[in-house]
Amino acid sequence: MEKQNEVVLFGTWASAFCKRVELALKIKGIPYEYVEEDLTNKSVSLLHYNPVHKKVPVLVHNGRPISESLVILEYIDECWNNTPKLLPEGPYQRAKVRFWVNFFDHQIMARLLPIIMTRGEEREKAIKEFNELLKVFEEGINKDFPEEFPFLEGKTLKYLDIVVGTALCNYEAFHEVVDVVFSHEKNPVIMAWVKALKNHPLMKETLPPHDKFVDKMREKYLGQYP
Amino acid sequence: MGEEVILHGTWASPFSCRVIWALKLKGIPYEYIEEDLSNKSSQLLQHNPVHKKIPVLVHGGKATCESMIILEYVEEMWPQNPLLPTDPCERADARFWIKFAEEKGPAMWTVYRTSGEEQEKAVKDTLEMLRAIEAHGLVDKKYFGGDKIGIVDIAFGQIAQWLGVIEDIVGVKLLEAHKFPRLHAWIKNFKEVPIIKENLPDRDEMMVFFKHFREMLLTSSRDS
Repeated sequence: MEKQNEVVLFGTWASAFCKRVELALKIKGIPYEYVEEDLTNKSVSLLHYNPVHKKVPVLVHNGRPISESLVILEYIDECWNNTPKLLPEGPYQRAKVRFWVNFFDHQIMARLLPIIMTRGEEREKAIKEFNELLKVFEEGINKDFPEEFPFLEGKTLKYLDIVVGTALCNYEAFHEVVDVVFSHEKNPVIMAWVKALKNHPLMKETLPPHDKFVDKMREKYLGQYP
Repeated sequence: MGEEVILHGTWASPFSCRVIWALKLKGIPYEYIEEDLSNKSSQLLQHNPVHKKIPVLVHGGKATCESMIILEYVEEMWPQNPLLPTDPCERADARFWIKFAEEKGPAMWTVYRTSGEEQEKAVKDTLEMLRAIEAHGLVDKKYFGGDKIGIVDIAFGQIAQWLGVIEDIVGVKLLEAHKFPRLHAWIKNFKEVPIIKENLPDRDEMMVFFKHFREMLLTSSRDS
């Protein structure tokens, strides 16, 4: 008898890293059980499945745990080897996609905390750096994936769409709580991409609701409770 | 795969060595270009305009950057003597440790580059990294890759030689054999693998180079 494909995702609703995995599972049409973790009181299961980092997301597939959102995404793509594929087929294109996802996570997203933690001139400088890095990203993606970019309505979501979308689609919440960092004037290509992603039904279904997310960000970054 | 393979690297860089080890383990012929980082070649700047860093692998004129991304490319392009397992779960486990090495590895370089409070924190972070590897990465295994070395062993290569050099120069012992028996054994086993043994930079030369470079770094940070 074939073993049941049991998929459990441990996550938190406000985490973009967890949303990445949820979105990937939905794109692939993989049924899963979702377990919402309270990070102030982590479950025994989470600590058992991710003893090194004790973090979400963790995907447990037939009892075997996988941690780290990007590792999980590649795992999902390899294990459920049906269309739609999240990563491109050729080794060179795969290297390019990995390079830009790495750049996005480590260069671009890493700039959000300095923006949150600073004020005045220092913050303006941090926002400017963020916009410049987004520009490098825009140009790079445009050069390396001319057919894929920008994301068009009705297209299947892929690896880069998942990473960019789950991070940036809630930009309005960031603008409301922290500061305006992202505009059509400064980064028109990414803005168009993000707006198209926001309209994708799976993205709409996966992203946390705006107001709830705003409250969560206020709590996290400003120590303000509703 | 008759297309030309060129590697831009520097002799003392652990990241450059990662790529050399992978190419040699797979028996891939390549041309090596030693870069002078104070005077980067026009090809390097053309092939890695975003970061302007080594290593860069150029295969048939197409450039791939970031050492671990290069390794996955090499693995996919030249599947002989595989560095990654075939089972998706084991592959995910390997990638988990690659990410861990990339995220936590820089701490040992912060120990090397800094002093005072910043260095103390980096020492703590490095010890935490070593403890995690000791407790979870090498359980019942000779190598991270199992019976033979794989991509994770290559990713942690810095611990096998560069960490020791940093410890000697800075004057702090982090990887004590009795506290990290598995890692200590792994270092010995890793360095005995013929391809690794033949392709580790000379330790004495490394000491001279990194000692001098550290003096320059600390002087310039004092002056600024």
